[in-house]
Amino acid sequence: MNDSTHNSGSAVLINNLTRHFGDFTAVDHISLKVDYGEIFGFLGANGAGKTTAIRMLCGLLMPSGGSGEVAGYDIYKQAESIKKHIGYMSQKFSLYPDLTGRENLTFYGAAYNLRPADLSDRIHELTERLELGEFINQLSGKLPIGWRQRLALAAAILHRPRILFLDEPTGGVDPVFRRRFWSILYDLADSGVAVFVTTHYMDEAEYCGRISIMHHGSIIEQGRPFDLKRQHGTDSLDDLFINLILSQEATRA
Amino acid sequence: MPYLVADSLSRKYGHNLALDDFSLSVNKGELFALLGPDGAGKTTMIRVLCRLLDPDSGSVTINGLDLQQRYDDIKPILGYMPQQFSLYPDLSVEENMTFYAGMYGVTGQAYRDKRDQLYQFSKLGPFAKRRASALSGGMKQKLALSCALIHNPRMLILDEPTTGVDPLSRRQFWETLLQLKSQGVTILVSTPYMDEVARCDRAAFIFGGRKLAEDRPAQLAAAFQGSIFYIDREPTSQLLNQIMSIDGLTTARFGAGMHLYLAPDDSLDPYLNALSQLGLNSSDINPIAPSLEDRFIQLMESPT
Repeated sequence: MNDSTHNSGSAVLINNLTRHFGDFTAVDHISLKVDYGEIFGFLGANGAGKTTAIRMLCGLLMPSGGSGEVAGYDIYKQAESIKKHIGYMSQKFSLYPDLTGRENLTFYGAAYNLRPADLSDRIHELTERLELGEFINQLSGKLPIGWRQRLALAAAILHRPRILFLDEPTGGVDPVFRRRFWSILYDLADSGVAVFVTTHYMDEAEYCGRISIMHHGSIIEQGRPFDLKRQHGTDSLDDLFINLILSQEATRA
Repeated sequence: MPYLVADSLSRKYGHNLALDDFSLSVNKGELFALLGPDGAGKTTMIRVLCRLLDPDSGSVTINGLDLQQRYDDIKPILGYMPQQFSLYPDLSVEENMTFYAGMYGVTGQAYRDKRDQLYQFSKLGPFAKRRASALSGGMKQKLALSCALIHNPRMLILDEPTTGVDPLSRRQFWETLLQLKSQGVTILVSTPYMDEVARCDRAAFIFGGRKLAEDRPAQLAAAFQGSIFYIDREPTSQLLNQIMSIDGLTTARFGAGMHLYLAPDDSLDPYLNALSQLGLNSSDINPIAPSLEDRFIQLMESPT
């Protein structure tokens, strides 16, 4: 993929990004900068505006105001280019249960217009790298959740995106699998991929290099988990999150 | 005093041993968590405990009554909240509650009193006429709990009540469970989330259908063999490799820093010199308390 013109700069750079739905402001002037090689955790309760923000970042929804670039492309004018340069993985969606892992990846490869010879090499490479082994030839719907997740990750990075969006990638997975999954994400980040994780599970957030917390459409805190915990004098991100939101609610009331 | 006792439960699905000689004892008035990832056997266990599924072997007693033989006597004291939202989407909030009350023979003034009491906790009163399908996730969960409580059960069994629920609603839900506990209700709750367990009296780790450990939450984590430190430094692969090459040290990237693991009976002191040559001073390396997850992983990898 020809990314040479976009190698400098940030993976995600948004300024005062805003989105209204009628009278409701789902996303209210948020600003963020995420660099390549970073693992960024995007946190918030349900209804905080995370999904709306992500949809704008992925080129699926036009903002009402503000500016932004994702992978160097303008989110207003170059939404189609953004879609080609990002990967997206959600726990809920993405694999066809009646197809094997290999068939799923072949399908996604075709959708991304990878050449058959390249695709075959790439599937081989990812099978090795994600240690998919024999699971690649089994029906995706029958795989244990941890393997299904790795397969979903393989599908999301098949086309070598420089930014990877993950939606609650390891909620409910066994802790050994979860640690291995994150070590794969750390490797991806080391190779220069920006990893953008949306979650409301604080134990997942602990694995991120930097996090932001969103509430009522605004970003109310951001920083490294270790620093934030120290600043707020708590040893749990869960407490930090809840205290922040409760204090915001108190101010609003 | 044990209120729920499960003795050597086993259950196969085909060749898959979903429960493997699992025993459990929950004391009267206790809040007990069954902690394990998806596929560990939590739901199978809970279905067996609620007599929705028969075990291949083993037995269950609740309040001293055998589940198989005395189910008619157990049913009135047992409340169950399934993992999937299983209320009637086309019925209103109140109609769902009336329906469940009817099944348990709670009618007339007794029903109306209980309903009003449940509305106080759930705050669903203003939404009594709203169809269940039109409720938010947190409200659905409160309605499901209300239906499970409509007949004043003395034992409440909940299967992953907080999965998919955001942190604030989760916290509120746990506060409700603590209130129920203070009213003397015995509670068994399953969860995949380690951080929820801190609020329980005791918890059991479940994995592969087996019980890996059982204790009070603080003791479960403290049973970690060895010690863990957080290194507050950019985790480059070069630095990670350099630390790993020091004999006796294991490290892994964690967020914006690194975790450093020491074997039991080892201490940091003998390594400080080698670490300082990598530019790491003792002020960068701080001990942290092992988490439940750390201990769970240790047990999964080398069950003792």
